[in-house]
Amino acid sequence: MSKKRPASEYQKTFAFRFFRWLSGEKDPYIGEMEMHPQEEYQPDREAALRHEREHDAIMDKVYDTEHNRSLHLFHRLYQATSILFCLFLIALLLVTISYLPATGTVNRPVNNEVAKRYIEKGLEETGAVNIVAGMILDYRAFDTLGESHVLFVATITVLILLRLNKTQKDEAEISDRRFEPKNDAILQLVATFLVPVIIIFGIYIILNGHLGPGGGFSGGAVIGAGLVLYLNAFGFKKTERFFTEKTYKWVCFFSLSFYCLAKSYSFYTGANQLHSVIPKGTPGAILSSGLILPLNIAVGLVVACTIYAFYAMFRKGGF
Amino acid sequence: MTAFQIILMGFLIICAVSVSFSKNLLNAILIYMSFSLVMSMLWICLESPDLAITEAAVGAGITSVLFFVTLKKIRAIEASEPEAKGESREEKNE
Amino acid sequence: MGPNLFTNYGEAVSAVLFCIGFTNLLLQTNLIKKIIGLNIMDSAIYLFLAEKGYIAGRVAPIVVNGVTSTEAYINPIPSGLVLTGIVVSVSVTALMLSLTIRLYTRYHTLNLDEISMQLKKEGK
Repeated sequence: MSKKRPASEYQKTFAFRFFRWLSGEKDPYIGEMEMHPQEEYQPDREAALRHEREHDAIMDKVYDTEHNRSLHLFHRLYQATSILFCLFLIALLLVTISYLPATGTVNRPVNNEVAKRYIEKGLEETGAVNIVAGMILDYRAFDTLGESHVLFVATITVLILLRLNKTQKDEAEISDRRFEPKNDAILQLVATFLVPVIIIFGIYIILNGHLGPGGGFSGGAVIGAGLVLYLNAFGFKKTERFFTEKTYKWVCFFSLSFYCLAKSYSFYTGANQLHSVIPKGTPGAILSSGLILPLNIAVGLVVACTIYAFYAMFRKGGF
Repeated sequence: MTAFQIILMGFLIICAVSVSFSKNLLNAILIYMSFSLVMSMLWICLESPDLAITEAAVGAGITSVLFFVTLKKIRAIEASEPEAKGESREEKNE
Repeated sequence: MGPNLFTNYGEAVSAVLFCIGFTNLLLQTNLIKKIIGLNIMDSAIYLFLAEKGYIAGRVAPIVVNGVTSTEAYINPIPSGLVLTGIVVSVSVTALMLSLTIRLYTRYHTLNLDEISMQLKKEGK
């Protein structure tokens, strides 16, 4: 038999508040969430009309097919030529493909002694169970170094193109926030659960790069996606506590120079027949395969920072 | 497995064609996103799990997010500058 | 016409996709759709390379039970090449999109014809 509780005590319980929320009597998020409506747009009539006239004049000039016969002819000719050219290209490529050796067979020029060497000696020489990881981070490591630098240079170029000064930055943040409410409760709750899971999954992919599918690039992209979700849910103020321009600069600097030095050492010892101090370990263990695990971590850090930096720069023109 | 691969490849071609014919930019980006997802499934069929996981994270995730944020930025520029053409269009219709 | 067109259906699909992307690049006037067309061309090339490395009846190049004979695994080289290509294509896409944003802030349009017309009006 259950005890009868007084009303004042019952009102403090979770069930009371839950049912009241369920029936819609009280919204618990009133006052917590910034919910001002979207600003009414006040158009500048003069300027809008002037711009419209200019726009129409330009459009008339571009697409004035009635008065400008030659332009009309040129447009038609351009479209017809490009479609014909593409059909010709498809036909040419299909005829070429029909003469290529059949897919899925062994006796093709692609399956030459290079692939044979990678498969037969890969485990022994690099210690990596995943032959692709052993290939791109050991045999062809300079290729991957160049690729990391491509990412770094791309970030710098995007920063040059989209950079804004201080006042423009504030304006950009205001116009950025115009379309969505700040501190959205549902998004924040979901992000609280999902962001740690996504980041842990990314770390798992990076650390298992030499044991299974994955590696620095995919794991870094997953971690970057987690950071983007965190940024979307909690805003720039929270992320600026741990990720600023300085963080990006130092993380990229240390990762790329570590990669460069470590790989230079292993190439130097390999070329001069010296004994390398880096142990290979037993294949299949997590601490194995020499330099591949640290290199994976370095690449993953660069990729994660790059993804986050791209997103932040597209959003507000800076970190 | 072969029939499954052929279905996926047909889907790829349908996606690629419908990108060119979609009027709405957001639709085009969503179709490109599904294109990347189907591509990552196809790579599982071609026995390259490394590529599949990279394509699912990078192609379908990050590239689409960059496209979306570009569209959002363009809308924000359009709204914050009164001389932008989209606003004057709406005014004309009213 | 050679004998292998229907056996090489994967390569044929990649050729068709390449041409669709190229047509997009030629005929679309919208900049964002041009960028998507370029990305489709990228994917077509990667599909072609992955089909080159595929060998029927073999598994992915991850060593199982210490078996390191060539008869067990597919060719790992195309996978490595495509892995590089995917990541580079993301940086190329980001660069092109940021250029698009710059063009939009300057000319308020995504239409390439209109942009070139305004350029002509400015006398450049």
